[in-house]
Amino acid sequence: MSATLASPAPSGFGRMTLRLVLIGAVLILALLPVLNQMPTDSALHVSDFVVTVCGKWITYAVLALAIDLAWGYAGILSLGHGAFFALGGYAMGMHLMRLIGPRGVYGHPVLPDFMVFLGYQELPWYWLGFDHFPFAILMAMAVPGLLALVVGYLAFRSRITGVYLSIITQAMTYALMLAFFRNDMGFGGNNGFTDFKELLGMPLNTPNARSVLFYASLALLLGALWLCSAVTRSKLGRVLVAIRDAESRVRFLGYDVTQHKLFVFVLSAVLAGLAGALYVPQVGIINPGEFSPANSIEAVIWVAVGGRGTLLGALLGAFSVNALKTWLTTVAPDLWLFALGGLFVAVTLFLPRGLIGLFTKAPK
Amino acid sequence: MKRHLLGLCLALLLALPAAAQDRFASALAGLGEGFGQTAEVAERLGALGDPRAIPLLRALQDGTLRRTPAGAVLLPNGTDAATGQPADATGAEPVRINNRVRQVLRGALGRLQLISPDPAERLAAAEAVFRSPAPENVPLLQSALTQEREARIRAQLELALAASQLRADDAAAKRDAVARLGTAATTEARALLIEARAANPEIATAIDVSIAAIEQRLALRRVVETLFQGLSLGSVLLLAALGLAVTFGVMGVINMAHGEFVMLGAYATFVVQELCRGIPWLAPWSLPLAVPAAFLVTALAGAVLERGLIRHLYGRPLETLLMTFGVGMILQQAVRLAFGAQNREVVSPSWMQGTLMFPGGIAMTQNRLWIIVFGIFVLLLVVAAIRFTRFGLEMRAVVQNRRIAATMGIRTGRVDAMTFAFGSGLAGLAGVALSQIDNVSPNLGTGYIIDSFMVVVFGGVGSLAGTLVGALTLGVVNKVLEPYAGAVLAKVCVLVAIMLFIQRRPKGLFALKGRAAES
Amino acid sequence: MSPTTLTRRAALAGLGSALAVPLALPAIRPAWAQGAPIKVGVLHSLSGTMAISETALRDTVLMMVEWANAQGGVLGRKLEAVVVDPASNWPLFAEKARELLQVHKVDVTFGCWTSVSRKSVLPVFEELKGLLFYPVQYEGEEESPNIFYTGAAPNQQAIPAVEYLMSDDGGEAKRIVLLGTDYVYPRTTNRILRGFLNSKGIANADIMEEYTPFGHSDWQGIVARVKRFAGEGKKTAIVSTINGDANVPFYRELGNQGIKAEDIPCVAFSVGEEELAGIDTKPLVGHLAAWNYFMSVPGAPNEEFKKLWQTYIKNPKRVTNDPMEATYTGFRMWMQAVQKAGTTAVAQVTPALIGQKLTAPCGYEEEMLPNHHLSKPVLIGEVQADGQFNIVWKTPNAVKAENWSQFIPENANRRR
Repeated sequence: MSATLASPAPSGFGRMTLRLVLIGAVLILALLPVLNQMPTDSALHVSDFVVTVCGKWITYAVLALAIDLAWGYAGILSLGHGAFFALGGYAMGMHLMRLIGPRGVYGHPVLPDFMVFLGYQELPWYWLGFDHFPFAILMAMAVPGLLALVVGYLAFRSRITGVYLSIITQAMTYALMLAFFRNDMGFGGNNGFTDFKELLGMPLNTPNARSVLFYASLALLLGALWLCSAVTRSKLGRVLVAIRDAESRVRFLGYDVTQHKLFVFVLSAVLAGLAGALYVPQVGIINPGEFSPANSIEAVIWVAVGGRGTLLGALLGAFSVNALKTWLTTVAPDLWLFALGGLFVAVTLFLPRGLIGLFTKAPK
Repeated sequence: MKRHLLGLCLALLLALPAAAQDRFASALAGLGEGFGQTAEVAERLGALGDPRAIPLLRALQDGTLRRTPAGAVLLPNGTDAATGQPADATGAEPVRINNRVRQVLRGALGRLQLISPDPAERLAAAEAVFRSPAPENVPLLQSALTQEREARIRAQLELALAASQLRADDAAAKRDAVARLGTAATTEARALLIEARAANPEIATAIDVSIAAIEQRLALRRVVETLFQGLSLGSVLLLAALGLAVTFGVMGVINMAHGEFVMLGAYATFVVQELCRGIPWLAPWSLPLAVPAAFLVTALAGAVLERGLIRHLYGRPLETLLMTFGVGMILQQAVRLAFGAQNREVVSPSWMQGTLMFPGGIAMTQNRLWIIVFGIFVLLLVVAAIRFTRFGLEMRAVVQNRRIAATMGIRTGRVDAMTFAFGSGLAGLAGVALSQIDNVSPNLGTGYIIDSFMVVVFGGVGSLAGTLVGALTLGVVNKVLEPYAGAVLAKVCVLVAIMLFIQRRPKGLFALKGRAAES
Repeated sequence: MSPTTLTRRAALAGLGSALAVPLALPAIRPAWAQGAPIKVGVLHSLSGTMAISETALRDTVLMMVEWANAQGGVLGRKLEAVVVDPASNWPLFAEKARELLQVHKVDVTFGCWTSVSRKSVLPVFEELKGLLFYPVQYEGEEESPNIFYTGAAPNQQAIPAVEYLMSDDGGEAKRIVLLGTDYVYPRTTNRILRGFLNSKGIANADIMEEYTPFGHSDWQGIVARVKRFAGEGKKTAIVSTINGDANVPFYRELGNQGIKAEDIPCVAFSVGEEELAGIDTKPLVGHLAAWNYFMSVPGAPNEEFKKLWQTYIKNPKRVTNDPMEATYTGFRMWMQAVQKAGTTAVAQVTPALIGQKLTAPCGYEEEMLPNHHLSKPVLIGEVQADGQFNIVWKTPNAVKAENWSQFIPENANRRR
């Protein structure tokens, strides 16, 4: 079974316009925290709400980028990328919980509140080290990466592809969700982590901290975009596309398909983990709901809506779908699911190349 | 019939001195003044042995007994319980009871009905007396035993007698009772023995022997019951997965809205029930009627989905997956707006309620038992449809080689639509079954979709036998692990085990062989 | 199979409007004028898993807004509800809370059901100095200056219920099964109950504690284990903190396995009239629930409340329940406090709320305490065949909320 996907690398006129649009969008985004500092009665003022929401969308865009790298270029449709995102988020959440220190409700110097009232005597071993920021960031990359390595190795070695891989990764995130819901796991159960106080010495919930996190996310997005486009343009990237389009043929040509796929899957998981790590301090909560299979599917749909295999499409999809969702859940609280569901149906049916296909010519 | 017998009893009572009339009336004093007083009245009436107490206590149990402000007690037919005359009902309020009163009531009614002409009533009475043991029951039970002919009721009476003898002072009878309870092998008997052990240190060793005997038989029964629970969970999974086995296994279509079709089936059951409610003779049959209705509704929805949307995406399974996810969102919200977000009540017919007792004291809940039966029925239906009908033949032909099938004159598009409709209809049937054990709410389907996919993949895509074995295996393994690992961890373990298994055998338990499997 | 230009254009038009959204957002800020309507935020899930419980609360708030406007509004200003759907998604709760406060500039918000949704919005309300009314019974261990808790604290629900089970009338239970969904409310409540039971001389060997995931539907094994536990002598009772959807299959299994209330009574803290509406209650008669309000409470305030609701919802069969009553009570107290303060500013309304009194539909006079919780009566009801509760026990007076339980030893060290 081979996916008969066109390889819609943007070309010609469309490519130039897209570049300009991208640069413009980045500039507008970069200006948001500055506009936020304007006096509130100014016409140019942007509320905190817009900044936090955009900051959240940027981390979603990184997740979409990670999915696009694996799906759009290597044909690995993972329905468990939300799990990598959530694991990165949990790593950051653990760091933020450790930083609360004695400011918790019960004033315990080390243990987070939920451990105090669940009767923990000491910190579980897997919480050690998370009081250091570099360690937390390392874990936000290493844990998703390792999980992807193990699951990917087992799956790719057995040549599990297509929908089977999707179903297995979905089961993976589902199993993780169930496990993290258990209070006995030591991750706060359903409540997860909330009420964070500070990060890197700056108190959260201040405009200042929000700007810093916003720019950090933007930097991650640009860095990830650069990395992904470098990977896809390299020889490795061409092999990946070849694997996507005709896996057996590439194998017969002597390439090690398993290793190539494994590389891109792990890279994608690490990016998702980093996105999760920046997501958590901005939304202020991490909870097992992030592992829910529906979240992962939704993230894949952002990519489909934007147009897969184009990187920029992933960004476009993540921003437009989430903007639509934010808007609709307020203006049409009872009907927004119809609009969003209808959009997913319409895009898969009428826009197989996604939104970005509207701006670029189909390749021959 | 009952009234005649009651009349007979009353005639017998005429032989008693007229004072009985007053004893009965005075026993009613205090009824309805408070839970404590009501319980005392029930106790007194049970000890009195006056059959007039039976309708009164029953009415009290049902909450239909009323009390006037003047203190007169009114039966549901409006007569004064003490005098038997019609009475003035103005201002009468129902007499309320709580669990303590209920407990006393059960014992009192049990004592009064031990000699009832109706065997079912006698059995229930013996059970009730067993549950409220007291020394004063001993002579009552002994006399009941001399008259009783039915073995089933005798056995229950023996147990009740043993339970009451444990509380009495007769040491020899107590020993005897301990030995008899040891043969009962129920948790209730064990509870009685454990309780008696502390009060009777002189026969502690005998009690221990009896407890050990019970434990041994309980352990055996636990194995059987765990197996039943596993099979029951497995049959639920089987029902939920059969539709997928057709749409995914045969057609290769990933339908993420499958769970929503299950939910539609459950709502169809609800609608049929509401429609039948107005027609009294039809109401008890609403569930069997819901079976074809749910099948048709979801099959139609499936046909519309296939013709309208999915057929445009053949050969692109991943896009189908994403699109049907969107369809699922729409269906869920549509049902939520149409029926409300609250759960809907689907009543179980009486033949699906309660527990069925099997020899050896093995208890199986009726609704689960019926669902196992239903699961087998649906599986046979699928097998029959695929093997023995023209539709099944065409379906297999299209799956094996679409182009050649088309050249033979099979309208492949129509077969696709019918196959998908068939699979969706099966989801609807699962909905009928789930309406009996789970919530009928818009979220019903989401809880089953991943499990169903795992069943199909684990069993082997495209293999009905695989789906059957897969579902039952998952059900039983889950239930065997549950007591040790807890409900959540058991499920996580099963999921991880399946993931590992699929790495070893990517095609599942029952892999298809030959060319069809390679494509 | 390539898309036609027509469909492309149509899709483009639709998606163009979607893209305009982020740019349009800053422009949504409303202009303020004298006598502008007072905005009431409604932050309840209308989709996802919690919609089953929360949609009724959304409707209750909308009903109260309509009711208040019929009375001429508050401070001569009209009330206007702003409804958003946080979709049972906890990060979305925080986002929507910020949107309500910053974009729509609501004066007060009624919302949340689960503890995690409250924990998610708490930092937002504290940062932006908002005002939230939380109407559901919860585990306590919290006291935010920006939240008023109109549901029960553990001492107003759980402890009296267990005391009742151990009393003469309740069946003198000596062994307790603590069954719950695995999240913070059951965990904390059961910890408090264990401390309480131990203080009453019930050993840990006589307490069984078991947790299940959300939406658990297969209760065969657990109910069988409860039966076995009850078969080890001594009177046993179940204390259920099972949440939401999982209750229907649980009660069905209880009924089918023949667990009668007179043998093993089960008292629940999360099962009200709304939940029972989805169950055939005949096999469950006699099982118990502990709340601060039942629809069957007699008296004029409740009749008025029920009539208001059934008229608003245009369905004479719709039931009322405890969190709805708590929403109603909170709303009316907020109105009283705004009248008293003469403004809707949170800084003035918050102190004005303390000490507000209202004869609530439960028939008792409730008072807002300085700890932002209410004094409430405790009622214990038995399930009846018609899905209503028969009140079998109640406290003589309203009980003051102890949001910091004395049975959690760590509370001795807490800050504040």
